[in-house]
Amino acid sequence: MTTRDLSRPRRPSSLQNRLQLGDWTFRTLTGLAGLVAMAVIVGAFYELGSQAWPAIKHGGISVLWDTSWNPGRQEFGVGVFVIGTLITSMFALVAATIIAVLVSLFLVEVAPGYISRPVSYLIELLAAIPSVVYGLWGIFVMGVFVRDHFGPVVVSTFGWIPIFDGTPLITGLFSACVILTVMILPTVMAVSRDVIAAVPRSQREGLMALGATRWEMIRLTVLPYARSGVMGAAILGLARAVGETLAVTLVIGNSVRIPDNIFSPAYTMASVIANQFPEATGLHQSALIEVALILLAITFIINIVARLLVWKVTGGHRAVVQE
Amino acid sequence: MTETQTTPSTMQVPPPPVVRAALGATVPVAKEAPPITIELRDVSAFYGKKLAVSGVSMSIRAHSVTALIGPSGCGKSTLIRTINRMHEFAPGARVEGSIIVDGVNIYGPGIDPARVRQRIGMVFQKPNPFPTMSIADNVAAGLRFMGIRSKSELRDRVESALKRAALWDEVKNDLKKPGIAISGGQQQRLCIARAIAVEPDIVLMDEPCSALDPIATLKIEDLMRELARDYTIVTVTHNMQQAARVSDQTAFMLMDPGDLAGHLVEYGPTSDIFTNPKDSRTEDYISGRFG
Amino acid sequence: MTSPGNSAILQQTAALYRRRRLVDRLMTGVMVVAVIVAVVPLFFILFYLLKEGIPGLSLDLFTQEPNRPGKEGGGVHNALVGSGIMVGLALLIGVPIAVGTGIFLSEYGQNRAGSFIRFFIEVMAGIPSITIGLFVYSLIVANQSGLLPVMGHFTAFAGALALAILLVPIVARITEEMLLLVPRSLREASYALGAPRWRTVLRIVLPTALPGIITGIMLGLSRIAGEAAALLFTALGNQFFSTDINAPMDSIPRRIYVYALGPYDYWHEQAWAMSLILVATILIISLVVRALFGSRVTVRS
Repeated sequence: MTTRDLSRPRRPSSLQNRLQLGDWTFRTLTGLAGLVAMAVIVGAFYELGSQAWPAIKHGGISVLWDTSWNPGRQEFGVGVFVIGTLITSMFALVAATIIAVLVSLFLVEVAPGYISRPVSYLIELLAAIPSVVYGLWGIFVMGVFVRDHFGPVVVSTFGWIPIFDGTPLITGLFSACVILTVMILPTVMAVSRDVIAAVPRSQREGLMALGATRWEMIRLTVLPYARSGVMGAAILGLARAVGETLAVTLVIGNSVRIPDNIFSPAYTMASVIANQFPEATGLHQSALIEVALILLAITFIINIVARLLVWKVTGGHRAVVQE
Repeated sequence: MTETQTTPSTMQVPPPPVVRAALGATVPVAKEAPPITIELRDVSAFYGKKLAVSGVSMSIRAHSVTALIGPSGCGKSTLIRTINRMHEFAPGARVEGSIIVDGVNIYGPGIDPARVRQRIGMVFQKPNPFPTMSIADNVAAGLRFMGIRSKSELRDRVESALKRAALWDEVKNDLKKPGIAISGGQQQRLCIARAIAVEPDIVLMDEPCSALDPIATLKIEDLMRELARDYTIVTVTHNMQQAARVSDQTAFMLMDPGDLAGHLVEYGPTSDIFTNPKDSRTEDYISGRFG
Repeated sequence: MTSPGNSAILQQTAALYRRRRLVDRLMTGVMVVAVIVAVVPLFFILFYLLKEGIPGLSLDLFTQEPNRPGKEGGGVHNALVGSGIMVGLALLIGVPIAVGTGIFLSEYGQNRAGSFIRFFIEVMAGIPSITIGLFVYSLIVANQSGLLPVMGHFTAFAGALALAILLVPIVARITEEMLLLVPRSLREASYALGAPRWRTVLRIVLPTALPGIITGIMLGLSRIAGEAAALLFTALGNQFFSTDINAPMDSIPRRIYVYALGPYDYWHEQAWAMSLILVATILIISLVVRALFGSRVTVRS
């Protein structure tokens, strides 16, 4: 590569120019490596798009909300999976964000360093456990607990509310929600902790000097100040929750029907791919690839939204704070 | 250590008002000699194990302006932050000694710092209005902690505080705007309004003009003189002219090269400190020979 | 200027003050509860990994091939070797691309081109692994579009490629960060000697940042070592020992998945044992990295 560039007829005799050509080559090579990322995204859209094309032609846009998925009858509405994904990831998003923000507040505002550092590290370790191990634990430990202990208590206590009136099994919507919450917690926590720690000291002092209690200080300055950053953190967690596959596949029960209570077995977009793809052929396979394509598009959109939020946060900070 | 101990005790007793007037104090002195409201007794401040301020004892008079001066690193900002217990907000920071405000040791057992800070307001080096609150809400922030809910009372008190902070005329039409939508000088006066809205007894000002231009600085200085009628003001400044212009009493602090902690070198009426310092180090500093 | 008596205000608000302090303590309590809720799952998972995993550990697990389903005993030797081969291959493919990207972003990336590539790296980091698996499936295994002159069946290579796609964004981001940490003065010293930029980067900047980059690679490795979803439809799986990268290959995470779904107790036992090995490996990597390079970099998948 270098020699070829050097042979270009651009005054190669000049030392200055040769140095620039060396730099040019280096820059081009590393730039090409950088373009691999774009190639992967574009390639994924192209490949999945072309494989999904038969299903897209077959079902049109209405598959997105059509809830009849029956490969035998060539019906491929993904509505049920969209609902399953929505419920599980929204639950995980809300639960994980609330816990993560409270934990972050504890780590940043309350705990001394010798407590907050190890606690923070322990929670980050949750991110190091592979999805499939969560799934294994989900079935054999948590699922059993939900079926034998937690579920019956909930049903007998809140059973008069329709969404709690079900039959707790090892696998089901509820188990999937809990597993997802635990799995995205470290992601959301790490980001919201950093965002909360970045709230300027002057803001905290301003409120403390007025005689605020610690919680008043948090409520009136820290939380409003960190709000958009925490939203960014939540969205990062959402991206993980939506695409999370094997742990959910193992614990959600894999049933093609609209869940009517929190213990119903269900399906998410990712879990239906993992579960049905091995036996799928023809249009069925194409429809599953279409589901993957939808997941890819969601990832893309979530990233754009997150980017806009981050841009807003950093742009905002510069205007807001005179530090 | 030596200087605080050798500082003659007379230093710490401010002269009576008559003397002050004779010395040419620029403000009308309260008719009756006001009671002493802040008394520091052997106050030392630490960051972790590091001693930052060592054994300061001084009495600060009510309804007057007291300036803490000294070269950077002499502990004057740390000292002022002990007076409303903001010092201990820094991780690992602690205070020894006692500070008596209105007969009560604010470092005594069972005293809640939040309670202390409600009565001792503070203005910081850089204006720090809350960006997520409107101008009016900024001023009302402390009032809400006092349980004032009524809209009309809040409005009245916000207006009164903004007027006393000489800001009302400039912002009365923009009360809904965010607290950061105004200039730096206005922001600092907003922070002063925020501090005095709760009717504190004492207002601490930690280099309130260091981030401001000269015109904004003059306005704040005028305001400090004005506020001294109703409040006890303690201010830190690195600007000696400012101390000479606004303060009644001046305390000069210096870092001791031995223990690297700040000590009180000399404390007395401002005119004495600037015209007739007792300590040669004060004289060196005043005359610009170091610092 | 009538200032309302302070003592009156303070007395009037004594009850209010008690309530404020109560709310403050209550919320602190809520935070502590949240911390417990967040930390407990980790301990439960680690506890059960040890409790259920240790009984399954045996020499056979490491040295034997799987028996036919239903016949007790056997091991996962093929999956261990398969995981090793595919992770190694993924590093070979992914690391040069990732480090190149990181260099470009840190050295030439403070402009539009940089933010453009950074955006795609972020998107790439967010693609669900199952989607990556299907992408590689359709690119290589199905090969209907004919974009690549390859295969047309499940291969270890396809699995490694899917893992490499997972690896690149992780390593690229850490590489960029680490290169940006190299002090300016070091670069300037090199420029002052007349060295061109590319040589400065290769001879001075990269070696200085090497420990950090290796950290990034280790973290990426621990992320892909546990990945199963991306392998399901690329490397598939294999009952038998194989080192042929042009043939289906087994891996530990995929075998955990299969055994977890299966009906036999000894499968479940082996699944726990494999999980224990996997998590222990990942945690050891993470702890070593942390001990060597501090807390700046943490495991994030």
